Amino acid sequence: MNMASPTTPLPAAPVAGTAANAATIVNAPGTASPARALLRRRRAWKPAEFLFWGAALLAPLALPRSMLLMNEIAILGLFALSLDLILGYAGIVSLGHAAFLGVGAYAAGLFALNVSADPLAGLVVAMLAASVLGFLSSFLVLRGTDLTRLMVTLGVALLMFEAANSWRSLTGGADGLQGITIDPVLGLFDFDLKGRTAYLYSLAVLFVLFLAARRMMGSPFGLSLRALRDNRLRASASGVGVNGRLVLVYTLAAAYAGAAGGLLAQTTQFVSLDVLEFHRSADLMLVLIIGGTGWLYGGLIGAVLFELFQDVVSAATPQYWQFWVGLLLVVFVSGGREAVHKTGAALRQRVAALFGGRRA
Amino acid sequence: MNAPVLETIGLVKRFGGLLATNNVSFRLERGARHALIGPNGAGKTTFVNQLTGVVKPTEGQIRLEGRDITGSRPEARVRLGMSRTFQINQLFRTMTPLEMLLLVLGEREGRGLRFWSRLDARGDLVDEAAAIAARFRLDDAIDTTIATLSYGKQRQLEIAAAFAARPRVLLLDEPAAGVPEAERQDLLNIVADLPEDVSVLLIEHDMDLVFRFATRITVLVNGTVIADGEPAAIAADPAVRAAYLGEGEDA
Repeated sequence: MNMASPTTPLPAAPVAGTAANAATIVNAPGTASPARALLRRRRAWKPAEFLFWGAALLAPLALPRSMLLMNEIAILGLFALSLDLILGYAGIVSLGHAAFLGVGAYAAGLFALNVSADPLAGLVVAMLAASVLGFLSSFLVLRGTDLTRLMVTLGVALLMFEAANSWRSLTGGADGLQGITIDPVLGLFDFDLKGRTAYLYSLAVLFVLFLAARRMMGSPFGLSLRALRDNRLRASASGVGVNGRLVLVYTLAAAYAGAAGGLLAQTTQFVSLDVLEFHRSADLMLVLIIGGTGWLYGGLIGAVLFELFQDVVSAATPQYWQFWVGLLLVVFVSGGREAVHKTGAALRQRVAALFGGRRA
Repeated sequence: MNAPVLETIGLVKRFGGLLATNNVSFRLERGARHALIGPNGAGKTTFVNQLTGVVKPTEGQIRLEGRDITGSRPEARVRLGMSRTFQINQLFRTMTPLEMLLLVLGEREGRGLRFWSRLDARGDLVDEAAAIAARFRLDDAIDTTIATLSYGKQRQLEIAAAFAARPRVLLLDEPAAGVPEAERQDLLNIVADLPEDVSVLLIEHDMDLVFRFATRITVLVNGTVIADGEPAAIAADPAVRAAYLGEGEDA
C-alpha cells in the first residue's frame, strides 16, 4: 500500500483553481493503483448476491403453492429497501413510511380504474405520486432530532390515512377501491390466481429498483448520504450541502415506497385503508431491525424472515400472532440485547460480509 | 500592507448574558502560521465556530479573501477555500479513510450529486486520496474502518480530511489534544509539513506546539483579544503572563 515512496514528491496543495497535482502522483496513468483496485473489489458483485437472486427467481419451482406469500415478501422487501435508503444511508428515522406506500397504492388503483390498466404505466404513476408527497414532506424532516422526525413522519402518515378515510368519492373510504383489473404485463403475462405472474412481476420490479439503488448508493451521491448519517457536522464541514441531499434521498425513497404500493394494488387488485395503517410503518422498522440497515440486502432478508415468521406463527395461533410479533420486537430490540442481539449481529455481519456490505 | 486572507471586523457573540466574543478584530495574513491561544473558556472554539459558520455572530463581519462570508453556510465556506479540523474528532466512523478522503475530494470537485457515477470513475481523485493518506501517514490504514483506528491516526485523518478540500485557509482546532506521546511526533511533523501557501490558524493549549509552530500569536481571554504579536513579545507580555499564571503577577 505504499502509494508514495519516500522519494515521491507529494502533491502540495496548489492555489485553488489549478488541478496540477495529478501529474505529481506516481501511478496516475496506470490502473495498478491499489486504492483503485480496492474500490473496484468493493463494488464488484459477490457470489452470495448471485445466489440470493438466483434463489429468488427459482423459488416458485420449489414452492409453487406459496407464490402469493412470495409476492408479499417481494413487495415488503421493496418497501423495506425504500426505508433503508433514508434510514440506513442518510440516517433519517421514520414511523410514517406507509404514507408513501399508501399514496402509491391509491395512485396505481385509481389510474387502473380511470385511465389505463397497463401495469407498468400504473407503476410509474404510483412512483410519481409518492415522490411528490415525499418531496413536499421532506422539508419537515430536515430539522430537529430523531424524536421530532418520528413524530413528524407519524403525523404525515396519520394525515394521509384520515384524508383517504374522509375523501370517499375518490378513495371509496372504508370500502376501498374495488373492481380493479390489470392488463397483462407487457401485454403477454396474465395475472393468474396462483400468483405466479404477480410474484415474477414484483420480483422483476424489485430487482430493477434494487440494481438502481445499488448503483446510486455506491456513487459519490451515496457516499455523501453516508457522510450525513455518520456525522452531519463534518459532512457540512466537508462541503456537503446537507439539506439538498436529504430532500433528494427522501424523495427517492418515497418513489421506491410508491412502487411497492403500486405493486401491492396491482397484484392484489384491491386498495383499502390498510395500506396507510400505522402497523405498516411499524412492521417496516422491525423488518430493518431484523435484517440490519445500510447494506441494501437488510430489508430484503428482513422481509423474508418477517413474513415467514408471521406466516408460521399466524398458522399456529391465528388469533394471537400479533402477540408473538410484538414479543419478537421486544426481544430483538431490548430484552436479549446481550444474547440475541450479539449473536444476531454477528450472524448478520457474517451474512453482510458475504454480500460485500460492512455494516449491519 | 497586503490584504489579509481571513479577517474579522468587530466580531461579537453573546449567548444570553454571556459575552463569548467581545469585539474581536483579527487578521490572518497569507501564508501565516498563526496561533490563537487562551485559557480554558476564553472563547477560542466559539470564535472558530463563527469563522466556519457553525455559530452565527451577534455583530460584526467575517471576510475571506475580501469577500463577506458572515452569513454563508458552512459548506459554502469550504468551497470558498476555508476548511477546519475539530477539537473532538468528527469523522465518518463507518467509512474507511479512503472513502472519507474521496468524499471530501468529490465534494471539492462538485461531484456530490452524481448519483450514477462510480466512486472510482475519476481515477485521478482516487490516486489523490491515496497520496493524501500517505502524506498524513495513513497509507497502512487506508482500508480500515475509521472507528477502529487508533486515536492518533484519527487525529491525523482529521487534518487530512480538512487538507483534502485544498483550502487556502486551514483552521486547526487543538490538533494535538489527547494524542498519546507515542503518536505525538507524527502529528507534530504533519502540522509542521503543511504546505507554505496554506494559511494556518492553530488553536492550541499546548505551548510547546504553539511556540514551535507559530510566527504570530493572538491571545484571547474572556472573549477579548488581550495581546497579538510575535511569539517572543507574547511570551514577555505581562498581561499574557497574568492571564496564564493567575492574578497577583505584576500585571
